[in-house]
Parts: sequence; C-alpha cells; structure tokens
Amino acid sequence: MPTKNSSSISSTGGGVKLACHNLWKVYGPSPEQFFPGRQGGVPEAGPCARDIRAADHIPAVANVSFDVRQGEIFVVMGLSGSGKSTLIRCLSRLIDPTAGGVYLDGDNLLDLDERRLIEVRRHKIGMVFQNFGLLPHLTVLENVAFPLKVQGVTEARRHKRAMEVIELVGLGGRENAFPAELSGGQQQRVGIARSLAVEPELWLLDEPFSALDPLIRRQMQDEFVRLQKLLNKTIVFITHDFLEALKIADRIAIMRDGEIVQIGAPAEIVLKPADQYVAEFTEDVPLTRVIKAADLMESPCADLVPCDGTHPDTTLEDLLPRFAHHETAVAVTDGLGAVVGQVTARSVIRALAENATQRHR
Amino acid sequence: MAAVEIAGYKGRTFIAADAVRWGAVFGFAALCFIAGDKHPWLAAYPDSWVVPVADWVNHGMDWFVERFRDGFKMLSALLGMPMHLLQRLLQWLPWPAVLGVFAIVSHRAGGWRLAAFTTGALLYTLLVGYWSEAMNTLALVGVSVPLSVALGFGLGLMGFRWPRFERPLQGMLDLMQTVPAFAYLIPILLLFGFGPVVGLVASIIYAAPPMVKNTMLGLRSVPEELVESGLMSGCSKRQLFWNVEFPAALRQIMVGVNQTTMAALSMVIIAAIIGGFNDIGWEVLMTMRKAQFGQSLLSGLVIVLLAMILDRISWGLAFQDSGPSSRSRRRRYGYPAAALAAVLLSLGIVALIPEIRTAPETWITSPADLLNDWVNFVLREYAAVIEGIKNAVLFYGMMPFRIGLSQSITPFTWGIEMSAEVVAVYLALVGAAAVWCYRRFGWRGIVPVAIFGAVLFYGTTGIPWPAFMAVIALLAFEAGGLSVMALALASMAFILITGLWNEAMLSVYLSGLAVLICCVVGGALGIWAAHSDRVSSILRPINDALQTMPQFALLIPVLMFFQVGELTALIAILIYAIVPAIRYTEHGLRTVPSHVVEAARQVGCTRRQMLWEVKLPLAMPVIMLGLNQTIMYALAMLVIAALVGTRDLGQAIYIALGKADAGMGFVAGLSVALVAIVADRIIQAWSRKRRAALGLAAS
Repeated sequence: MPTKNSSSISSTGGGVKLACHNLWKVYGPSPEQFFPGRQGGVPEAGPCARDIRAADHIPAVANVSFDVRQGEIFVVMGLSGSGKSTLIRCLSRLIDPTAGGVYLDGDNLLDLDERRLIEVRRHKIGMVFQNFGLLPHLTVLENVAFPLKVQGVTEARRHKRAMEVIELVGLGGRENAFPAELSGGQQQRVGIARSLAVEPELWLLDEPFSALDPLIRRQMQDEFVRLQKLLNKTIVFITHDFLEALKIADRIAIMRDGEIVQIGAPAEIVLKPADQYVAEFTEDVPLTRVIKAADLMESPCADLVPCDGTHPDTTLEDLLPRFAHHETAVAVTDGLGAVVGQVTARSVIRALAENATQRHR
Repeated sequence: MAAVEIAGYKGRTFIAADAVRWGAVFGFAALCFIAGDKHPWLAAYPDSWVVPVADWVNHGMDWFVERFRDGFKMLSALLGMPMHLLQRLLQWLPWPAVLGVFAIVSHRAGGWRLAAFTTGALLYTLLVGYWSEAMNTLALVGVSVPLSVALGFGLGLMGFRWPRFERPLQGMLDLMQTVPAFAYLIPILLLFGFGPVVGLVASIIYAAPPMVKNTMLGLRSVPEELVESGLMSGCSKRQLFWNVEFPAALRQIMVGVNQTTMAALSMVIIAAIIGGFNDIGWEVLMTMRKAQFGQSLLSGLVIVLLAMILDRISWGLAFQDSGPSSRSRRRRYGYPAAALAAVLLSLGIVALIPEIRTAPETWITSPADLLNDWVNFVLREYAAVIEGIKNAVLFYGMMPFRIGLSQSITPFTWGIEMSAEVVAVYLALVGAAAVWCYRRFGWRGIVPVAIFGAVLFYGTTGIPWPAFMAVIALLAFEAGGLSVMALALASMAFILITGLWNEAMLSVYLSGLAVLICCVVGGALGIWAAHSDRVSSILRPINDALQTMPQFALLIPVLMFFQVGELTALIAILIYAIVPAIRYTEHGLRTVPSHVVEAARQVGCTRRQMLWEVKLPLAMPVIMLGLNQTIMYALAMLVIAALVGTRDLGQAIYIALGKADAGMGFVAGLSVALVAIVADRIIQAWSRKRRAALGLAAS
C-alpha cells in the first residue's frame, strides 16, 4: 500500500462524505489492458504503477484511496505533474477515471449516466479553478448566477441568490463589472461565489490561489478559512504550496507520481514525515506554528491547576512564552473548561528535538 | 556534377547519407540532360503517353449533369430568389437611404472616422456613375455571405465535434483554398447554367473555408478551464455550447466572418467574368477588354472601396461586440432605430422631391476620358522608356529563367553569340559561387548553387522532367520524410500524365521568379521595417490595402502601362504576393526573444552581425511561413493573370472556362492546387523541424 499513514483522525468529526477507492487514471493507447475484469473494477492483485510505466502508459492517478469526512478540509499537496489536478477532476468526472470508485454519500459517481451526473454537478458539487474559468462575456452577477441559470431558475430568483453570495465573498458593488475589469483576487472571489451559488455539499478547489500574488494569496487564504467557519462545507483543496496546506488543512494528502505518499494532520506530517520526499517539504516549516497543544498532549497529572488552561488548537508559538515564565505544565481544556490533558515543557522540547534528529539523519 | 566532385575532393573520411543522396540525384539529373538528346521522351513527355483524365471527367460530368439537371435548376431558382429580391430592394431604395444605413452601420463598427470614410466612398461611387453596378455587387455579396457563413460554421462545428471528421475536412479545405478561383466556376457553370447564380454559388463555396477554419480554431482554443467550469456549473451539452463555448469563441468566429466576407467579394468580382448581372466586376472587365483604362481604373477603385468598407465594418463589429460597451441601450436599440429613421426620411424626401432619385445622373462627372488622355499621353511621350524597361526585363530577367541562358543569349537579345567561351565563363562563375558557398555553409551550400546554376542555364522549361521530379522529391524527403516525398511524387506524376507538364513548368517559372523577387525585395523591406517604426508604420496601411484589394483590380494599372504580356502578369503577381514576404519577415525579426538579442549585444555584436548571425537564423521559421504565404498568393494571382495573357496553367483554366470544358478545368485547376500543396507541405515541414530545433513555440 502506498499510503503509509492513514490512521490519523481529523479534528472535525462527522461521517464520511466523499470516499475514493483505489482510483486509477492511466493515459496511453490502451489503458484498459491493466484492468481486466469488469468495467471500472480493480482486480484483487491490482496493477503496479511501475509495470504500467514500463508499458509506455502514464499512471496520472495510481491507486488513490481516501475518505473525506463531513465538514473536513482535505488538502491534496503535490508538485506539478504529481497528478493532483487529474485526481480532483476524477472526483467530479471532468476526467473519467480508468478504474476505482468515487463515492459521494455512498453513491458511486462513476455509475451515473450523463443526465444524473449533470444533476449531481448542479446540486451537490461546486468547483473553483486555478485560472478562475470565468465567462468573459458575462458580468460578475451573471457569472455567479450562471449555474442557476442553466438549472432554469428564474432571473429574479437567481439574481437574488447571486447577490447574496457576492456579498458573502465581499464583492458587493462590483456585480455589474466584467471579469476583465477585476483584479486577480477579485476574479477568484467571483469564482468562489459562483461555486457557492448552488449551495453545494462538496466543494472542490483546484489550486484556487496559485495564480495570485503572495500578499493577495495570504489574504484569500484567511478569507477562505473565514468562509469555511461560516459554511462548514466538505472540501477537497488542491495546492502545490506546503505552507498553504498547513495553514488551512484538517488533513493533508501528499502526492507524488500519481500516488499518495502520506495522509495525516499537518503536525503529523511535519513531525513524522513518511519518507525523505515528504521530509524535504517540511524542512523550512516553522515548527512552532504547526505544532498544536493537542499534538503534544499527555494525560493530566493530579496536581494540575485547571484554571488558565489552553485550547487544544493553540499553537506552540503561543504556548512558548508561558514556559518561559517557569511554568512546567499547562493544562489543556476543552471548550467547556474541562481538563483533557496537559502539555509539559519536556514534551515540547522532546518534539522539537525528535524532529531535529530526524532531519539530520 | 561539379558540386559533388568538390565534396569528394576534399577527402572527408565521413560523408553523410544525405550528401550521398544529393550526389545521386544530381548524377541522375546530369544523366537525364545528357541522354535527353538521344531519347526525346526524357526532355518532353510524349503526347501519346498522356492519360485522358480530362475526357473522363467530362464524360462523368455529362452523365452527372444529365441526371441532376432538374434538381440544380430548382436549386438555382431557389438561390436566385433572395438575390434578385435583394437586388431589387437595393435598386429601389433611393441612394440617400442606402448611404444613410451604411454610414450608421459604419459608425457602429468604427466610429465617426469609418462613417466618414464610408460616406465618402459611396459618394464617389455615386458621382462616377457606378451606383447601380455597385448595388448589384452588394446584392450578390449580401446573399452569399450569410449562406457561406452558415455553411462554414456548420462544417466547422462538425469538425470540432467529431474529430474523425476533421482530417478529411482539413484536406478538403486545403484543396478548396488552393484550387484557383476560375476553376471553381466551370463545374458550377455546367450545373447551374449561365447567369449570376453561378457567381453566387461559387462565392458561397469559395468563401466558406476561412469560416470553417476560424470556427474550429475558435472553438478549440476555448480554455479547458472554461469548459470545465461550465460543466461543473451543470451545463448540458447544448447549454455548454451556447453559453460557454460559442461566446468564448465568438471573436475568432467573427474573424472568420470578416475573412469570408472578403473572399466572397473577391469571388463575386471574379465570377463577373461569366456576366449576366451587370455588376461592378463586369464593368471593370468590359472596360479592360476595350482598353478603356480610365473607366476601368475608376470602376476598379469602386471595387477597392467596397472591399475596404466591407472589411472595416466586419472587422469593427468583430472586435467591438464583446465587453461592457456593447451592452448599452444605445447600441441595442439606437442603431437600428437610426437606420430605420434614415430609410424613412430618405423615402419621404424622395416622395417630396422625386428628382433626388435621378439627380445624380446629372451630377456625374466622370473623369475617365481625362484619365484616358493622360494615360495615352504618358504612353506616347515615354514609349521608348517603357519599351526599354520591358525589353530589358524580358531579355535579361525573364527569358533566361524560362528558356535558359543557353537559348536566350543571342546576338538579337544580348548582343553576343552563345559560344563555348561564354559557356566556360558561366561555368566558372557557377563554380566560384559553389566554392564560396561550400566554404561558408559546408557541402549543403553547394546544393542551391547547383540547382540555380542548372535552371538558369537550361531554363525552367528546358529541364528534363525526371530530373526535376528527382530534385523536388529529395527536397520533400529532406524536409518532411517519406510521406511528403510520396505526396510530391504523386502530385508531379498527376501533372505529368495528364499532359500539363509544360504548362505547369511555365507556372513554376512565372510564380517562382515572382516569389524570388518578392523574397529579396520583400525581405529587405521587412528587415527595414523591423528596425524602423517609421518604415513599419508607412508600410502597414499599404500592405493592408493591397491585401483587401480584390486581385482583379490590381491588374488595371499594370496593364495600362505594360499592355498584355508576361511582364504585366509578373508585376501584378509581385505586387500582390510581396505583402506576406514583408509582413512575416518583419514579424519574425521583431519577435526574436529579447533576451537573446540582449545577450548578443552584450557579447559585442555589431548591427550587421546581430542581423545575420542572431536575428535572421532565429526568425527563419517565421520567414519561411511568409515564403509559404507568398507562394500561395503568387499562385492565386497567377491564375487571375491569365486575363492579361500568360501561357501557363492559369491560361489553360481560363480557356477551359471559356469553353466550359469541365475536364480541362478540373485537371488544370487541380494541378495548380497540387503545386501549391506540395510547396506548402515542404515548407511547413521544414519550418516545423527548424522551430523544434530552435526550441521556439509553435505559432
């Protein structure tokens, strides 16, 4: 199994919304040859990416499996050519996978006919594109209302709904502008608004901020986090920016040559990279911003003072000053104030030291 | 040949396979020259070997016409109806109404400047007395353009939707765009009978290819992400097309409409040769035949003005129709309202003052006779000069290429006998050139020198056909491999066995000479324009005008001064075909990557070195595409130039048209197309290879 660590549990609970089982997308003259048996099924002894490459075919997505839970932000991170864009397109069947299954609410999307697929896209999935994919001949309002228009929603109703999402993404007042008159960041806000217009359950974002300037990108990331707090969608987010992934992800899947190398929470990936490839990404990561109290938590001592406890999501960066003032242990409390564990200065130092030795190995 | 010997003499230990190939081909060619005396079938393909393809086509055509005549008669009537209706409408409308509508549409497309231009051009048409003829032409164009656009759009859409359909379509388009305009007319003439419908049908078919191409190009270059975002928005196939793909491709499609309009006009003018509609093309042709150059110049100018109006309007509409400004109420309702008002107003005026309708008759002040007098005066006064130029070009420029120095050097022309000494001097010169090229470019430099030397000595028509075929086949092979070579051989074989080899060689000679001059002069102008914004800005409108002008009109001024003959044809071809040579050279040089230029400047290149060592090699693929275009233009004009008396394939088509000989028209027309296609494939393949080697992006 390429997936070396899939045991991690996301912080936001909930049932499985989207599941991806042994997904393959093979390019070449006759990709079916690697998948004998029934259409779309994966045989017991599945093919190996290496064999496929040897036969002059390209496995753009190779045996990818993962679950995304309700309300989770699942980030797929990889360099260009790692197959992440192909993967997200397989999830919405913009590209038809060669084999495997994609289950949305338990229904296999690959079994849907054209008409039902359109229905799913119209009501359940929203997608944001790297280069925005805005229709240049329509205004902001018309662009955002476009998915509703193709559903046959009346003009008055779709414009009302479009105005709501335009306000939501902070573009109120620009609704009559044309895409070409907007800045890149504003254009992507339109793209986001359009993808939200139909109130999708699954939100796919394909490198939404990669085409933007660094400053705007950061602003948009914050904006995205704010929106998600409000909307609580199930999200698959593609990026090639590791820091971006750390910033927004509940869980991260790292892709390489079509395969998933590691899946885990941000701290897990940083602290326990599955291999050298993953470790290289983590090298420049400021650890103190990634590691959270929850990652270092031990069971609480009896004499721990519960007052002045900290939230499990507190980053190490915010904790460190407290240890500087000769506290040896800080209580971790949940939202209601109950103690769930403690973080000690020793555990902090151990985590940092472990990471350092790992890097120098 | 000498060239190969030198390569051998240098004693290279390793001789490349392609050097051996060239050696073999040159050896074979030399053999053909030597054996040509004993075996005349080598020098000239015997008539008795000709396969009567033309007759077969005629039989087939007869059978077809016999069978479907009634169907085509009905179609003819059907197509004729809207045409005559529009013609009657345009003739019935008083001129101020037409003028007003055109001015308003122009304003919509290009603002006040274009409106003023259109008004001026139409007033000119009115005042020189060609209003009614111009309206007839517009009626033809007005019916053929929408039909052609619809046809082209439909085919383009099919090509886009069904990739399997695309390849045959592309092949058909290439053929349609290279088959000369005259050749179209013959089968249509046979099917539809004499009359203006022939011109209409011909222009519908002739003008469709650019629409097909632009439709496919536009639809295919819709960004993938846009299509995906449409799909993710939940579009069905039909919704995706009309809401996403079509609007995104609209601009390119409108470019197609523009090109189709121009092609339709050009064909309508050419089709005037059939007569029967009293349009402006007919007027030009008649006056040209009667040598009334004043009249033909004036009416030719009407064609040019019509072309410019149609071009600017359709271009303007293409590039304004998207974006914010097109949404305003004024554009949506204001313009149609204004146009309607103009029509009603002029109808009212005419009702009140009926003289307006006919008034222009009395205003007409045709300066034609004045022009005629002036032309005659110039011709009389400078007869010696003109004659001198004509003879000099003929004797020293054209004849050596046609029949070779071996026959054109006579005491009458050059003042010397073709003696052994002269031959020796010539051989020495060619040898020197070969050595110089070898020093500079290696053995490959010798190849063009050898070819050029042989052509100049024996003349294009004096080369044995097997030798010519062998050289072209090897060129094709070097550029594009076996498939291009097979195409070249098959094409040449077709021309040979249908008995048109001699005519084809005359075409190659005339267009080849024109292309050569275009390359030198056009290339020089292009280089100049690439380095001087001022020159560029002067040349641009001239090029634009030359390109929008229907080919027909170009003949008039040349004909005026040089009369009927090959020289006139050559000059007309030159003027028409030089445009792409200039344009592509300038474009190629201007788009050389700036970091390369900077690096070259940094290492200390002089201006001359920069041009020859850096810019030209890098721009060469683009320049070669310009050469390609130049050849296409030259061949297109070559056929039109048959009107002024040539003896090549163009003339064969022209004669076939006169006799309604479908077989001959087909064979000769296809031959021209094949020449064009072979040249195109060889150059394209070379350019592609070169571009890949230079790591430049395809354009």
